[in-house]
Amino acid sequence: MKRVSTDNELVRAAQQGDENAFRELVGRYENKVYRLALKMMREPQDAEDVLQETFINVFRHLDSFRGESGFSTWIYRIATNASLMKLRSKRPIASLDEPVDVDEENLPRELMDWSATPEEMLLSHETRTQMDAALARLPETLRAVFVLRDIEGLNVEETARVLEISQANVKTRLHRARLALREALAGYFAEQMPRAGKAVTP
Amino acid sequence: MTHIHSANCQDLKAQLSNFIDGDLDDAVCAEIQRHLADCDNCRVMVDTLKKTIVLYREVPEESVPPDVHARLVKVLDLEAMKKKTD
Repeated sequence: MKRVSTDNELVRAAQQGDENAFRELVGRYENKVYRLALKMMREPQDAEDVLQETFINVFRHLDSFRGESGFSTWIYRIATNASLMKLRSKRPIASLDEPVDVDEENLPRELMDWSATPEEMLLSHETRTQMDAALARLPETLRAVFVLRDIEGLNVEETARVLEISQANVKTRLHRARLALREALAGYFAEQMPRAGKAVTP
Repeated sequence: MTHIHSANCQDLKAQLSNFIDGDLDDAVCAEIQRHLADCDNCRVMVDTLKKTIVLYREVPEESVPPDVHARLVKVLDLEAMKKKTD
């Protein structure tokens, strides 16, 4: 049985001009990069641009990859940076410092418990659309942390290496992102099922 | 390590992610558990925050559509040709 090559073995082969090795790296990572790009960009056309941009950069800079941080971290970093650059180029100037809508000071008097919401509602197309919209409303720096850590499943250390920020910063941003998304979903579910959820009275 | 000195609702909210991710020491976790047993609002907050993360994690696996893959291959072939002619 043929042994599966490691990423670093494929990178070394590709650095020496092995086109099949490069193609295998593309095959190994294109879905991950595309999924990350879709979550960051939302629009499929933008995600495709990020996908192409990422692999063109990988191809052009492969010779400079030394393997200190792992190929996976490296390609996630390139893809995240490509997403952030594209988002910044598309962003209207007026919203440059748009604050994240996270109410950290006051707890609402009454919270609706939608954690046991029926699966058919949770899995509906409309819910997915609302979730994507809420993610797209997050400031990019929070969105990147949430996508890498909670959707792609990187750990805190890996996320910090990809984004080149401290682990403490990852945790802070992740928490803010999660709270904002929870608020958004809570608002949506409250509208959808005002009587279905169980309101908790303090 | 951050400690919750009095496990009131605001302190708990600040520590929610660390609590969910298991990043707090046993004593702080026990203090939070005691608070949750008495505070319905915070319990709902914990449950719905966990559910939010679960919902986003359950995003269906997206594969690159065939036409997108084909265009990627084409772009990369062009890059390879450019490199060879340089």
